[in-house]
Amino acid sequence: MIETLSYEFAANEPVANRAHVGVVASGNCEVLLEPAADGRASIVVRTSVTGFDRTWQAVLARFFARNPVAVQIEINDFGATPAVVALRLEQALEYAR
Amino acid sequence: MTPFLTESFAERGARERARALLDPASFRELLDPFARIASPYLAAQDVVPQADDGVVVARGTLGNRRACVVASDGRFLGGSIGEIGGAKIAGALELARRDFEDGRPTRVVLALDTGGIRLQEANLGILAVTEICDAIVALRERMPVVAVIAGRVGVYGGLSLSTALCSAIIVSEGARIGLNGPDVVETESGIEEMDSSDRPLIWRVTGGRRRFEQDFTTELVADDVGAIRAAVERAFERPRPLGPLVPPPFPDPRLERDAFLHAMEIQP
Repeated sequence: MIETLSYEFAANEPVANRAHVGVVASGNCEVLLEPAADGRASIVVRTSVTGFDRTWQAVLARFFARNPVAVQIEINDFGATPAVVALRLEQALEYAR
Repeated sequence: MTPFLTESFAERGARERARALLDPASFRELLDPFARIASPYLAAQDVVPQADDGVVVARGTLGNRRACVVASDGRFLGGSIGEIGGAKIAGALELARRDFEDGRPTRVVLALDTGGIRLQEANLGILAVTEICDAIVALRERMPVVAVIAGRVGVYGGLSLSTALCSAIIVSEGARIGLNGPDVVETESGIEEMDSSDRPLIWRVTGGRRRFEQDFTTELVADDVGAIRAAVERAFERPRPLGPLVPPPFPDPRLERDAFLHAMEIQP
């Protein structure tokens, strides 16, 4: 089963560029990050590991609390741990800025 | 002198491999992840797709000459080639052929790292490999096509056929080249034939050094970006002469002894 999860967060910081990091490989994920026009962040996660929607919510909430960036993010996940997801998000943002 | 510091090619992802082979800052990707042409078949089979379908096509320059590097990512589903990834590879080769016709020769490097055709897209993958083989043959009649097999997987399955058609094959010791992979051989012929957990055995049979010693590849290189770049430039300057497309006849064991000797052109 693949689970598709969607999240939204309030955001106001603009981002200059889009960025792509990561790979859909064991214990890893890819992140596609693009600037979004309106003052919010929207995230779509596709994951092969089901039942972790609250963990995703927590990792993303922490990221956007630290970086309220108006972006559209797509994550293709192949069993990345929360720490790997957090690092991939930070890496994507670093490239986008 | 042997350099003390090397820059690993195998440790990079496909995009970084393409970037490493092209001249600095000349990298321009075609159909990048934001083109969003991931495989439409994987999600239906409960497999998470990747936005670039595991194949990177990058144009740029190599030694200040127009070039195109195609790199498959061995980390995503074993670097398997499906409809989209296969079409990207065949399209890149076809584009280079047209560039040649238009008087703008483009050097194509196939940096393959793949277990072969993607089983989830079986028939489409087979079709893709035939298109890739066709495109290699059409291009290599005009200019060399160079394969770099220096990833952690190497090249197996249908794509090993495409590799064998290239004008030059550069291999690293860590990579492998074979038609049937070790797991396939063990499943089909039994563990007595090949123990797929015996890594030294796998490298003795299909490893880069063995394939070089068998004259299957044109060059054996260290896992180093600089060494591989230099080998690629040499391969374009001095490609090996192309052998016949049809291999010499293989004796049929069902033939009687005399007929066998006759087929081998040996006087009884």
